[in-house]
Parts: sequence; C-alpha cells; structure tokens
Amino acid sequence: MEILEKLPTPGPKLRPWQYGAAFTFGTFFGAVLYKSEVIRWARINAMFRFEELHMYIIIGMAIAVGIPSMYLIKRLEAKTVTGDVVPIKDPPFQRGVIYGGLTFGIGWAITAACPGPIYAQIGSGAFPALATLVGAVGGMFIYAVLRPRLPH
Amino acid sequence: MFEALHGSWSPWISGALIGLMVPGLYLIVGRRFGISSSLQHIGAMCAPNVKAEYIRLHNWRNHTWSLIFVGGVVFGSLLATQFITSDPLPVLPDAASSVGGVARLAFGGVLVGFGTRYAGGCTSGHTISGISNLNPASMVATAAFFTGGLISTWGLSFLIF
Repeated sequence: MEILEKLPTPGPKLRPWQYGAAFTFGTFFGAVLYKSEVIRWARINAMFRFEELHMYIIIGMAIAVGIPSMYLIKRLEAKTVTGDVVPIKDPPFQRGVIYGGLTFGIGWAITAACPGPIYAQIGSGAFPALATLVGAVGGMFIYAVLRPRLPH
Repeated sequence: MFEALHGSWSPWISGALIGLMVPGLYLIVGRRFGISSSLQHIGAMCAPNVKAEYIRLHNWRNHTWSLIFVGGVVFGSLLATQFITSDPLPVLPDAASSVGGVARLAFGGVLVGFGTRYAGGCTSGHTISGISNLNPASMVATAAFFTGGLISTWGLSFLIF
C-alpha cells in the first residue's frame, strides 16, 4: 500500500475519452449489480446462511473470467489501448488484510453492501443505503486517524 | 423494450460480466478494478484539512476516474431500475427504513469503511481483481471477509435484520 500511495497516479495518464469509458464501465457494472440482485440484502443473507448458490456462482464466475484474463494480459504482455504498460499492482499482505477483512465481513453481512453495491443501492432508490455510505466514509476516517497505531 | 432483460439476470452470465470488468478497465481505462478506495477519495475531497496523513497526503485529483466510475455505478443502477425492470427489486428489508434500521446500516457502514481500507481492498479489489491475479494476500482477505460475514450472520444475529 505504501508503494501505491507514493505513485503520483494509479496508472498511465488518462486521455479525456477514457473518463467517459470509466463512466460507461461504471454504468454497466451498476446495472449488472442491480439485475443480478447482488445489491439485494436477502441474497447476501442467503449466501452467509448457505441457503442458495446465487452469490457463489456470481463471485465464482467473475473469478473464472478474471483469472484467464489476467493470465493472458501478463503472458502476452498486453498494453492498454493507449499503448501503456498495464498498471497491475495488487495490495500486499499485511496484518490489516486479516483484521480489516474480518471487520469488513461483519459489516458486509449487516448492510449487504460491499462498497460497490452501496452506490448501486443508492442509485436504485434504496435511500437508507445513504446511511451505509455515510457510515463507510466515517469508517474510512476512523481508519485514517488510527492508521499510525494499527498493526500493518 | 428489452423485455428479455426485465427479470433477474442469470448469476452465471452476470458473474462473467463482472469478471470482464477486470481486463476491461485495465486495457481500456488503464486502471485496476476496485471500489473501496473511492471512500478515501471522497474523504480527501470533502475534508482536505483532516490532519491524518492518510487524508492530508492523498491527492484525490489523481483518482478522479474512480469517482467518475462510482458515479456510473449509481447511474447504471438507476437506469436498470427505471428501464429494464418491471417489478422493482426489494433491495433492502422494510425494517431498514426505520430509525433503528438506518442506525444499523450506518454502524455496519462504519465497519465496511474501516475494514476495507485497513484490508487494502474489498470484494472488487481483493476478491475479484486480486484473486484474478492470484495475489495471495487477496485470497487471505477473501477468507477473512467471508469469516467476518459468518461471524455476524450466525454469532451476532441481533445486528442482522
């Protein structure tokens, strides 16, 4: 994470049209989150209760498409459409992966929201999710303040 | 219009479409798929004077793409609700609209915001982007996310709707 933060930008400089592409990808993602019911509280609850396979299939298929995609990108040394190096930088292991991960998981089962679905819940008109977003930004601030004292 | 799209989408196809976000964003936008960092950008944008280095030294302007992406997520869900849905999805339980429900969501939200930033990613950044790249830390993170969810669902059921 330290390395990521020292980078001036999270990847190659963007052309103006790529901001439009980012918005389009976001729109597509938001629509899929709604139509596949990932943003539905009952689906997340059923996943944690082992009552249905729905969420397991979705996450499993996403990874099943993602792994060969990343393999090909690395194997073919693919460049971005602007001819730049693909900025692959995964978060490294540190103790927060476990402690923070557990904390997030507890909140995920309560709110049915990972950060992506929070935004999609709001877009769908489920306005109580605004409270989730306010809480999440608040939680981020708590992390920001405690960060120097937390084990990493 | 688009009648075939109106029902709930197949989890097989939806999952594959979500997986395509990883190479799609990398190759076309030149960015890594991940969402929880947007919380840090929003914080740095709204409260630049906070003393904590995590906010003060964070230049959100280098990450505007992420905020635009997130705006797209809100818009896409709105479009799906308005144009390709006959029966609106019951997204949250009715109890979420009560004062107690909103308080519960806000509390859960705090755990989501704190936890994802401490872990360095969420379901998108770790579970999908990270595992797609076979990143060991992301596999540990995903196990922790799931364990946390089981803890609150089965062990802290007073917190669950």
